[in-house]
Amino acid sequence: MPSHDVLIIGAGLAGQRAALAAGGAGASVAIVSKVHPIRSHSVAAAGGINAALGPEDSWESHAFDTVKGSDYLGDQDAIEIMCREAPDEILYLEHIGVTFHRSETGHLGTRAFGGASQARTYYVADITGQAILHVLYEQLMKHHERVDRYEEWFTTDLLRDDHGHCVGAICRNLRDGRLQVFDAKSVILASGGAGQAFKPTTNGLIVTGDGIAQAFRIGAKLMDMEMVQYHPTTLAENGFLITEGARGEGAWLLNAAGERFMERYAPNKLDLASRDVVSRAEQTEINEGRGFPDGTVALDITKVPRKRTLEALREIVNIGRDFAGVDITREPIHIRPGMHYMMGGVKTDSFGETNVPGLYAAGEVACVSVHGGNRLGANSLLDTLIFGRRAGEHAAARAKGMPMPSTPGSKLADVEARIVAIIARPSGGRRIAAIKDELGTTMNRYCAVFRDADGLAEAHEIIRRLKEEAPKASIDDRGSVFNQDVIAAIELGYMLDVAEGILVAAQERKESRGAQFRTDFPERNDAQWLKHIDVSVNGGDVPKVEFSPVTITRWQPQERTY
Amino acid sequence: MPDYTLRIRRYNPESGEAAYWEDHTVQMKSHSSVLEAILEVKAKQDGSIGIRCSCRAAICGSCGVRINGKPGLACNTHLQTAAARGAEGTPITVEPMGNMPVIRDLIVDMDAVHWKKIRRVTPWLINKEPIPEREYIVPHENMVDVTQSMACIQCGACVSDCLSMEVDPGFIGPAALAKAYRFVGDPRDAEHYERLKDLSEDEHGIYDCTHCFNCIDACPKGVAPMSQIMRLRRVAGSDFEIEDRNNGHRHERAFVKNIKRNGLLHEADLLPDSYGGKLHPRAVPELMQSLPTVMKAVARGKVTPAKALLHEHKAPPEVKQIFKTIEARPKREELNLYVSGYEDAEDNLDVAHVPHTDEPTPLAPTYPVPEPPTESESE
Repeated sequence: MPSHDVLIIGAGLAGQRAALAAGGAGASVAIVSKVHPIRSHSVAAAGGINAALGPEDSWESHAFDTVKGSDYLGDQDAIEIMCREAPDEILYLEHIGVTFHRSETGHLGTRAFGGASQARTYYVADITGQAILHVLYEQLMKHHERVDRYEEWFTTDLLRDDHGHCVGAICRNLRDGRLQVFDAKSVILASGGAGQAFKPTTNGLIVTGDGIAQAFRIGAKLMDMEMVQYHPTTLAENGFLITEGARGEGAWLLNAAGERFMERYAPNKLDLASRDVVSRAEQTEINEGRGFPDGTVALDITKVPRKRTLEALREIVNIGRDFAGVDITREPIHIRPGMHYMMGGVKTDSFGETNVPGLYAAGEVACVSVHGGNRLGANSLLDTLIFGRRAGEHAAARAKGMPMPSTPGSKLADVEARIVAIIARPSGGRRIAAIKDELGTTMNRYCAVFRDADGLAEAHEIIRRLKEEAPKASIDDRGSVFNQDVIAAIELGYMLDVAEGILVAAQERKESRGAQFRTDFPERNDAQWLKHIDVSVNGGDVPKVEFSPVTITRWQPQERTY
Repeated sequence: MPDYTLRIRRYNPESGEAAYWEDHTVQMKSHSSVLEAILEVKAKQDGSIGIRCSCRAAICGSCGVRINGKPGLACNTHLQTAAARGAEGTPITVEPMGNMPVIRDLIVDMDAVHWKKIRRVTPWLINKEPIPEREYIVPHENMVDVTQSMACIQCGACVSDCLSMEVDPGFIGPAALAKAYRFVGDPRDAEHYERLKDLSEDEHGIYDCTHCFNCIDACPKGVAPMSQIMRLRRVAGSDFEIEDRNNGHRHERAFVKNIKRNGLLHEADLLPDSYGGKLHPRAVPELMQSLPTVMKAVARGKVTPAKALLHEHKAPPEVKQIFKTIEARPKREELNLYVSGYEDAEDNLDVAHVPHTDEPTPLAPTYPVPEPPTESESE
């Protein structure tokens, strides 16, 4: 039976960074991922990673931009840590081989990004996430003696001992269907967000909220769940992402009349205001009839010199050509706001510890909270790496003073029985894909850029119904080898749990802040709502709601304009 | 929306049955991807079809398959493009990639082949010492240059159709060698020479590639693995002067010399030149060894002593001009689409290479096309 000091679930940037940190600190480490690590969705992060590394820049400036971007819902102690540690993290990445693009002097080059007062985004063309993810994986191959990799193993359950401590997980080897208990002194969840609960989304098909739901089910609190980021530039038809780097390099947003409408919404920062601001502006244009008939506005990348586009924005040249039939170097491309990121997640402290002893979380699965109501572009890669590393180091240190816990023996048989039951389901229920589709379109209809009480309640009702239908959904595959049907059935349950968490929090917050805009409560209300909403499991009932304070260190809330 | 029929290769090791084809018809938009069509089949008809996929946008590299015989990503192959590869009205075949064992349906064992080969090339940076306190100061151009191989998403499409690997499964192969270039082209790496020496000396290394271009056609990301292999050869042979024991570098030089002199390949010279010239001690045993083949060729009239010894064809001025132009360049120019952009015809930033496009490039020859080689001169 695999037994490690630290078990990491998920092998995107947060997970791989945690593994390298824990392994480097001398812990025995296993990293488990339902896909090959480099398929993790961090690979799709395009634009870059923020750090105040330039001589003119300061971590305070980065932190203030982040606090303001969060609409003052971010915890300032955690934001300070992230921004202080950012420069060293960039240098670490540079030293292990990330091929950051350079300035003319050969120093690290930067590009501008939304909501930032300085150009402090370090980048590799527009494949920054891919470049960092692949380089971290190079390091995992290099340090294979320190870190055991379990690639294409799907986690079904987190394990708790009699004291309520998290002591490992049960995972299914996708290749043969075998279930395995993984013992561990600590478990770090790094399994990403839940974009697939929305349709469309920029997120990959694997992004199904597994870790958020697994933690929730064993009693971990979720925080800021109502804060769902809609990215301003996604393709109308399929929701694919056009990087903010395009606007960072100089592209403009235009409405159907060719008007640079951001002048009316953010006269100073224009196209590079915070994402929530830009997305709302676009949606307003579209709703008020100034968009194109296909419900979009235009992104004009022809403003960027062609040579620069080919060198630094090649991925979106490909995406425009392959998925929209548009040569972005020659004509504007139609875009609209699309679901992109979850600011919320499993509530942690700045070492990644959750309220369940032994359970850590880092990256999009977690909520520290450094993003608060709205994440700045190029802060998510930073979040994954800083808090992945901190969780890895902390978990390694924790392991030193403790014996290997023993896992409850009966649990494996329970999970086995549950999976056998799924595989043996009689056909005739709704199809998994149909339920998932209804979930996604419901969330996108009622819980998007603009929300109100009636819509959210309607959505909640639908989700409750889907939760009843899901356990009876039809299964076609009765086999053990790469049975993707059974995985989809389990993931559907995860997404429904996460969706309900989002809806409960969104109904609770009766104000507009960051990504949550309530048309029935259009103003920010610091007196009543400058606080986090925590949701936690409540048997099979609607999750329990609690509140926790926002940590404010040096930046008092102000009016937020760009 | 038109109907599309997918003919999917199914295989389930648990069934005890051999692989078989299964047809599914779906209504899709013609610019939808093959992956979308497969997902539609999975959603509405049969959830048991196995295919790895995630991002749907050609970034994660999961959905490498063969579509109507051509390797690539299911997510960025349009149905109409795929259909156009086959005869009208025939189904679009979707099958697992080649050169790798099939686990189930469209899912292949990449670890057994692809990743094993990646691990072969010491796939991590070996830092130049001392490691600076801040970043390494390196030219922007170098970082843009290696971005082309960093752009590899490890989908395996190139491995799938690598002809050399089909013949020699030990060949390190296009993806791993492109990965190797990512370090050889990185000025922060301390062991360029050691890496190149290793990959030159390995009989399955850089000289095992036969220039078939399959990997360049297969790659959905424009990495052009074969170009990266050729660059490894140039750096190994020309910059580091690594004379490998496979005679790879000498053989390449012999080719160039041969063409420069003759304009056509003259095999009677090629062999001895590859070993350093007719009189080189290294060449003598090789020439002796090849005598039976030569005798056979003479006996069957494939070659005459006169043809073998006398060069009847001389390089025309146009060929000489090509050599002159290239050799007069102050530095070697490399194909790199991150620098040049391959859609460009008019402003391709002075990089004098043939741009790679999906369509055959209409290049008007500026010199007379030589007669096709006679049989005795062709390979």
